[in-house]
Amino acid sequence: MDIVHEISKEQLRTDLPEFRVGDTIKVHYRIKEGSKERVQVFQGIVIQRRGAQISKTFTVRKISNGVGVERIFPLHSPNIQKIDVVRFGRVRRAKLFYLRKAKGKAARVKERKRY
Amino acid sequence: MIGLIGKKVGMTQVFDQNGKVIPVTVIQAGPCRVIHRKTKEKHGYDSVQLSFEEIDEKKASKPSIGHFKKHNSPTYKYLREFRLKVYKDIEEGEIFDVSMFTENEMLKITGTSKGKGFAGVIKRHGFHGFQTSHGVHESFRGPGSIGQCATPSRVVKGKKLPGHMGLDRVTEKNMKVVKIDVDKNIVLVKGAVPGHRNGLVLLRKEL
Repeated sequence: MDIVHEISKEQLRTDLPEFRVGDTIKVHYRIKEGSKERVQVFQGIVIQRRGAQISKTFTVRKISNGVGVERIFPLHSPNIQKIDVVRFGRVRRAKLFYLRKAKGKAARVKERKRY
Repeated sequence: MIGLIGKKVGMTQVFDQNGKVIPVTVIQAGPCRVIHRKTKEKHGYDSVQLSFEEIDEKKASKPSIGHFKKHNSPTYKYLREFRLKVYKDIEEGEIFDVSMFTENEMLKITGTSKGKGFAGVIKRHGFHGFQTSHGVHESFRGPGSIGQCATPSRVVKGKKLPGHMGLDRVTEKNMKVVKIDVDKNIVLVKGAVPGHRNGLVLLRKEL
């Protein structure tokens, strides 16, 4: 397995900021349309982080026009231009799937204090 | 056809220029030495006998040591023959490595599939099985009827029934080479390759 990790090592990204499940982040994602390239910003709560090494992904959920939208990004994707952490959330769970059913006040995430 | 002998290392993924994820199998292939060259005049067909993984003489069988000695070569663990459809100028003692492949080239890859044991018809032949309700009883994954009564009063040959599955020689065609690492003797191929990790695989390309 070591050879496998070595191959993916050079593609791993170390420039992205640390963020946890429950944090609100802005993902600046490069999108190619034909020959044009533009950057799309997706802001939402991180509800899941999974995978190991190069296949790590994270899921961001936001409410867009009253509809819940979730996007899964490969963490080491070269198309991620940058990630901004907007708000640090304090949660007691590794996966926040309960947010899908929660409405109103229940769908909030407490702010985490950072020292 | 000429190629290399290799070992499946495992699977991972890489990002292409567009940032798309490509699933790849990592194969450690070669370097392979040409031990024996068979020719049309002498043996009736053209082929090369390639070797893989050098081992200590203590670990090799005596007949194989004799064979390697005869061709002035160190001892190897594996020997496989690659038939040449067209004549090619290859001599005994030549060494091939992954630099013989190019990126985006299509290969034929042969391996031994994972053993599945004694498997039923759903897993082995893709039968659909029966409904789990609507009055079906005591038969959910069975093969159903396997023939008629008095005529022909036997089961036709080749009838798909349960039995041993896997551990077969499987050749996968048109497998794309994604990346080559000549220093580490590594080839990355898009998709899955037959067999388990550390299984022996043959990589062949058209001449």
